[in-house]
Amino acid sequence: MAIITPKMMGERVKRREDPRLIQGRATYVDDIKLPGMLHLAFRRSDIAHGIIKSIDVSAAQAMPGVELVITGAELKEFLPPMPIGTPFPSPDHYSVAVDRVRYQGEPVAVVVAADRYLARDAADAIEIEYEPLPAVIDPERAMTGEPAIIHEAFPNNLAVPYVPGGTGFDPVAGTVDNTAVDRSFAEADFVLSQRMLNQRLAPTAMEPRGVVAHYEPGKEHLTIWSSTQNPHILKTFVAALTGTPDNQVRAIAPEVGGGFGCKINIYGEDYVAAALSKKLGKPLKWIEDRSEAFQATIHGRDILAYVDIAAKNDGRVTGLKIKLIADIGAYNMILTAAIPTLTMLMLNGTYDIPAIRAELTEVFTNKMPTDAYRGAGRPEGAYFVERAMDMVARHLNMDPAEVKRKNFIKADQFPFATQMGAVYDSGDYEKTLDLALKNAKWEELKAERDRMRADGRIVGIGLSFYVEVCGLGPSASLPTGGWEYSSVTVERSGKITATTGASPHGQGNETTFSQMLSDQFGIPMNDITILHGDTGVVKQGIGTFGSRSQAVGGTALLKAGEKVKDKMARFAAAMLNPNEETDTSNMVFADGRISFKDAPGQSVAFSDVAAYAYVPVPLPAGMEPGLSDQAFFEPANNTYPYGAHIAMLEIDRETGEPRLLKMLAVDDAGTIINPLIVEGQLHGGLAQGIGQAMIEEVVYDEDGQLITGSFMDYAIPRATDFPWFELDKTVTPTPVNPLGAKGVGEAGTLGSTPCIVNAAVDALSPFGVKHIDMMLRPEK
Amino acid sequence: MANRVPITVKVNGVERSAEVQPRTLLAHFLREDLGLTGTHIGCDTTQCGACTILVDGKSAKSCTLFAVQADGTDITTIEGIASDGELHPVQEGFWEEHGLQCGYCTPGMIMSAIHLLNENKSPSEQEIREGISGNFCRCTGYQHIVNAIKYAANKG
Repeated sequence: MAIITPKMMGERVKRREDPRLIQGRATYVDDIKLPGMLHLAFRRSDIAHGIIKSIDVSAAQAMPGVELVITGAELKEFLPPMPIGTPFPSPDHYSVAVDRVRYQGEPVAVVVAADRYLARDAADAIEIEYEPLPAVIDPERAMTGEPAIIHEAFPNNLAVPYVPGGTGFDPVAGTVDNTAVDRSFAEADFVLSQRMLNQRLAPTAMEPRGVVAHYEPGKEHLTIWSSTQNPHILKTFVAALTGTPDNQVRAIAPEVGGGFGCKINIYGEDYVAAALSKKLGKPLKWIEDRSEAFQATIHGRDILAYVDIAAKNDGRVTGLKIKLIADIGAYNMILTAAIPTLTMLMLNGTYDIPAIRAELTEVFTNKMPTDAYRGAGRPEGAYFVERAMDMVARHLNMDPAEVKRKNFIKADQFPFATQMGAVYDSGDYEKTLDLALKNAKWEELKAERDRMRADGRIVGIGLSFYVEVCGLGPSASLPTGGWEYSSVTVERSGKITATTGASPHGQGNETTFSQMLSDQFGIPMNDITILHGDTGVVKQGIGTFGSRSQAVGGTALLKAGEKVKDKMARFAAAMLNPNEETDTSNMVFADGRISFKDAPGQSVAFSDVAAYAYVPVPLPAGMEPGLSDQAFFEPANNTYPYGAHIAMLEIDRETGEPRLLKMLAVDDAGTIINPLIVEGQLHGGLAQGIGQAMIEEVVYDEDGQLITGSFMDYAIPRATDFPWFELDKTVTPTPVNPLGAKGVGEAGTLGSTPCIVNAAVDALSPFGVKHIDMMLRPEK
Repeated sequence: MANRVPITVKVNGVERSAEVQPRTLLAHFLREDLGLTGTHIGCDTTQCGACTILVDGKSAKSCTLFAVQADGTDITTIEGIASDGELHPVQEGFWEEHGLQCGYCTPGMIMSAIHLLNENKSPSEQEIREGISGNFCRCTGYQHIVNAIKYAANKG
C-alpha cells in the first residue's frame, strides 16, 4: 500500500508527548524509585543573615531510621564551592552554608533517612544557634555598605561595581566617550526622567525541583536524575564538583514539569545528593516542597532603572541614558551576573536611537540569588525602553504608534548594528505594528476608551513593541558553548531514531522535530522517535533555554539528517542503478520511497534501502555500512524576534482593582514549524508577563524574612485572571539558520508588561499619574 | 511513628487495604503505597490543584487529606478514567486542543474538569475558567485548556 506523506512543517500537528502525560503515565523525578533508596531533607536557615555559632545534630542523629546528619562544615571537606557559568568575580558559595548564612532558606545541614517524613522530622530536630547580623535588603542602601557587608571581599556589597555600555564605549580599551551622548541630550527639545523597578519574581514551575542520585561502588559510576533544562551541563558540573570523571557520570532529565529558566541552574541540592550518594554508596532522593521552592529556587528580574530619555518635539528620540541597579541576592549562581547584561544589550529596543549610555551595577543583598527567568534580562530591557517611549508620546500628546514609527529601525536597515553591540538579523517592524493596529481596530479602540471614560469608567489602552535576543547563541557569548547537538539514525526497519541535546520541558520538541524529519525523509511522523534528556543516550548537548531549542537544536537536527540522507541516497542509487556512477544530489525522498527526480517511476522503498544499508551486499565502492550520523550546529549570530502587544485595562473606581479587558499580540518569530505549539508558547509567555504586571511579586521584609513564601501569599495567575488572548503573526525568517526560525518561548513576557503598564498609566492619566511600578496594586 | 492504622479504599474500581501512619497524606499514599504516580504534588497548601482526584465522585485535593480520612471512600485518579484503551473525552480534549505543555498540572486539571462537567454539561467560557480556578497551570495561559474542556463538553 502506498504511503502518502503530506508536508508536516507549518501544520497544526497535535503533540506526540501528550498520550503519556494525559494518562498520568509520564515519569517525573519524584516518580523514580530505586531499591534501597534513602531520602534527603535540608535544614535551612530561618534568618536572613548571621554567623552560625553552633549546630547540635545529636537529637536528629539518634532518631531511628536516620542514616546520616551532616553540616556544611563537614561537607566542605569533600564538596568544593559551586562553580558559576560567567566570567564575573564571585564569592565562595557552598552547597550548604559553612559558617555564615546569607539568605533565609539557605541550607545549613542535611539529613539522610529511610523515608521522607522521617528525614523531615530529623531535619527539624537539628538545633542551630546564630549570631544575627543586620539584613541587607534595600539594594541602593546596600551600595553604601549599609547596614552590613555580606561578602568581605566585595566592598559596599558591589558584586559587579560598574559595567558601561552603549555609544562611545570601547570594550577593548574599556574607555567611555560621552561626546555623542552629551550632544544628543543637548540637541533635544526635552528630557524625561523616571525611576522604574522591574520587580523580583518567583519562576514557579509547577513541578518543584528534585534529584535522585545513584552512585554504584565497584562500577564507580554516578547516575543523576534531575528536573533540569540541561542535563549535559548538569553532568559536566556535577562530575567536576564531586571529583568523578565525566565519562562515569550519566545525567538524566526525565519528564520535566516546567522550567522557565529556574532549572538551568545546578543547585546545592544536586551536588549534595551526588556527593552523599557517592559517600554512602546508596541511591538518594530529594524532592523540593513548594515553600522551599519560594525560598531556595532562583528568583528572576529585580532590576531598578533610572531612565532619562531625550527627544525632539516631533517625537524623534535623540538619546537615552539608563542606569541599571540589579539586586542579585546573596550569591552568584550559574548565570546570575550575566542576566542584567542582556538587559543592557537590548536597550536599543526596536529604535534607531542615535546615542545611548547604559551603566550597570550589580549588588548583593540577603535574598535568594536571581538568575534566568523566562526572558532573562530582555523583558527588563523591553519594559524600560517601552515605558520611556510611551512617556515621550504622552508628553507630546502623540499617538504612541506614531512615536514608534518615527523612531523604528527601518526594514532596509537590516542587518542593523545597535549602539549596544547587537546585530539585529532581520525585521520589518512597521508591518507587524500595522497588523497589530489593524487587528485591534486601534482608532475604534481609542474611541471606545473615550466613550467608557465618558461613562465614568477608568479605562486605558497600552501599546508596546519589543525585540528580544533568542536562539542563544554563538559560543563566544555562552561560556557553556552555544552550539547544539543532534544525531539521526535510520534503523534497519526504515524507522528513524533521532537524539537532541535540546532537552525539552513542555516545548514539544518530540513533535516539531518529528515534523521536520518527516518532511526531510518522506516518511510518516509515527515512524520517528526523538530521544532527549539523557546523557547516556544523547552524546552531547547544551540544553533548552533562551528560546534556542528550535533555532539551534532544530538546525542541528536538520544538519544531522542531511548527512544521513546523503548517504542513504547513495545506497538507494546503488540499488536503482547498480552498474553506474550516479548523481545522488537530486534524489527525492517522498511517500516512503526514494527516486530520481527526473525518473520518478523508478523508485525504491525507503525501508528496503535501510535494510540494504545494514546488510550491504554488495557494498558500494567507497562506502561504510549503516545509516547514522550526528551534527553540531554553531550559529553565527543570535536571532532577534519581535512583536507588538496591545492591552486594554480598567481600574475599578471603588476598589482600585485593575482588570485586563483585552490582550492582543502580533509576534514575528520567523519560520514556524507548528502553529499550535507556537500559540501555546505565546499564551504561556503572555500569562507570565500579565502575572508580573498585575499580581506577582516576591517580597522580603526589612529583616529579610520572605513574606511571599507560599501560594497563599505569592499570586500566580488563575484561569479567571485573563481575557481571551488575540494572536496573529508576521513571518520574517532569520538568515542566521537554514530553518529561518527565531524562537518564541519568551516572547510573551516581553511585550506584555510595558503594554499593560502603559495601559494603566493611560487609564490614570486624567488623574495626573505619569508612572506606576509593577505589580499594579490598588494601594499604589 | 510506629502506630499504623488500617484503611480500605476503593481506587479506580479496585479495593485496596493498607496500614498507614495517621499523618500519611492521601497523595503520598496513592503515589508511594499504590504506585499511582499520575497524581502530582505541586504545593503544600491546597492552592495549586496538581493533586486533584475524585473522592466519591467529587474533586478533592489529595495533598491536604490524610489517607485515614479516605477510609471507606471510592477514589478515582487520572489512571482510572480511560476505559478499555479509550481516552476519556476530557483527556481527548486536552490532546486535541493542546491543553498542556509540561504536563505536570494536567492530571489534576483533567480531574477538576471532569468534576466540572459532571456538575455542568455545557459550561460557558467563564464557568470553565471559574471551574478550574483551583488549579494552577504555569505553561499554557489556560486558553487551550478552556478549549479542551469545551471540546469535551461538546463530545459528551
